[in-house]
Amino acid sequence: MTFLQMEGVEKYFGTNHVLCGIDLDVERHQVICLIGASGCGKSTLLRCINALEPISSGVIRIDGNRVSGTGVDLNDLRADVGIVFQSFNLFPHKTVLQNIMLAPVKVLHQSRSEARDRAMALLERVGLDEKANEYPDRLSGGQQQRVAIVRAMAMDPRVLLLDEITSALDPELVAEVLNIVRALASDGMTIVMATHEMGFAKEVSSKVCFVHEGVIYEEGPPERIFNDPQRERTQSFLKRIVEAGRL
Amino acid sequence: MASIVSLLFPFTGIFAVINSLKASRLEKLGDLEPGRAAGERAREWCWYSLGYGLLVYFVAFMVMLFTIRDGALSKVYFDNVIFNGEAWNSMLTGFWINIKIFVIAEILVLIWALLVALLRLLPGKACAPIRFVAAAYTDMFRSIPAILVLYLIVYGLQKARLPLMESLDVQDYCIVALVLVYGAYVSEVYRAGIQSIHWSQLAAARSLGLSYGQAMRHVVVPQAVRRIIPPLLNDFIGLQKDTALISAIGILEVLGRARFINNSQATFTGYTMAALLFIAITIPQARAAEWLIKSDHAKTRAS
Repeated sequence: MTFLQMEGVEKYFGTNHVLCGIDLDVERHQVICLIGASGCGKSTLLRCINALEPISSGVIRIDGNRVSGTGVDLNDLRADVGIVFQSFNLFPHKTVLQNIMLAPVKVLHQSRSEARDRAMALLERVGLDEKANEYPDRLSGGQQQRVAIVRAMAMDPRVLLLDEITSALDPELVAEVLNIVRALASDGMTIVMATHEMGFAKEVSSKVCFVHEGVIYEEGPPERIFNDPQRERTQSFLKRIVEAGRL
Repeated sequence: MASIVSLLFPFTGIFAVINSLKASRLEKLGDLEPGRAAGERAREWCWYSLGYGLLVYFVAFMVMLFTIRDGALSKVYFDNVIFNGEAWNSMLTGFWINIKIFVIAEILVLIWALLVALLRLLPGKACAPIRFVAAAYTDMFRSIPAILVLYLIVYGLQKARLPLMESLDVQDYCIVALVLVYGAYVSEVYRAGIQSIHWSQLAAARSLGLSYGQAMRHVVVPQAVRRIIPPLLNDFIGLQKDTALISAIGILEVLGRARFINNSQATFTGYTMAALLFIAITIPQARAAEWLIKSDHAKTRAS
């Protein structure tokens, strides 16, 4: 059964029609990459899935349960759907460890020692256990983003949304973040990511969706989308990417 | 030219003149680089003359102010006869009342103003009436003069003898009045602080499943409080000074006692003593606030 399903999802910001009928099916353990020009609606699409933006019409289901519209416990939904942002959004007044432990303790009601053990284990996986008591501002961008991923993973989400998580990083820091995503993907994490890293999308994704003017304009397995795009806009977008040396 | 003007303060002005003469001589000789260097030094000495010179003239002016007419002004402000231990004792006893009142009021203001600010920022259509009430309170108590609020609360509530409030004494009513006035100011400071935290922080907190209240409690408000320490201190100093208003109710706090010394001994010195006391408590607070901010930055920010 389809795990995450979006059906005719539309989103308006005032009169600005940002999403114009998104249909998207995500199976468990799939990695979905959303590609497309800036402003095409990729980020909004992600933010709609965990209801950071309420959708205007359509329906979103996770595991068959409707999670959009009225009567949905948003805190429950968000505890289930992790998101990592382009600009990290770590809490600057809390240490790395406190950033990670906050939600497991307050939302999942884990004991502090339980949450700490789990956080330390996750930090070790991303090679940052030594930074547990540092404040975010003392870390590099790549380190901050790895902490942000750990913070999301500490909630044991059923699906992870990644919103251009390497776009704010210096080029030499991109790999350390992508390596973690690669590891999560191979562990079977269900991931929906908006990205400009075409090489990475080509490598890890089960399905690539080209978003254009608020709709999924073309989708398919990465080999087909990148090597043999069928539709005109996809072709011209990828041509520009190749010209820029990004693929 | 500036170097000539800087001679008004001769100690450093002389260096400015020497260097500028040197500069023009060197430049005439075609020695451009050393000339420019000398010109640079001349300009620097000009600025020194300005900075230190103004200070010296200011100090000189003050000394003159206090010494002309055989030191008439010093006699008014610093009358040696009254500047004695007994008067200080009386003043300190009075000041202790001010301190008690503002310490209690400040603690209450911190809590009350945060509550008002949070109510005013509640999201959603359903909370519109709450937001309205909070805004109305802020507008009202910021617009009424503090002394008037003091009269209204102290005399009004005392006269009405409402249940539960009968046991309060005059000083308690004064605290209530000051909390109402300064709560309105400080709630606006809190509100500005909370709104200055980027919405992405709230989004990140909510995206982890924290409720609105939890997100405010653990993420937004702690960051806002760190930012508003300077304006908060500003309002607290205002509150501390306004404790002197309660002398108008007839409480013998520091200003009341100053006035008493004034009337009974025909001198002005009591006011000077009161002013010195207020200065003495304000300066350490300003330094403490700076230290607080600095130590937080040292902890959380990259060097």
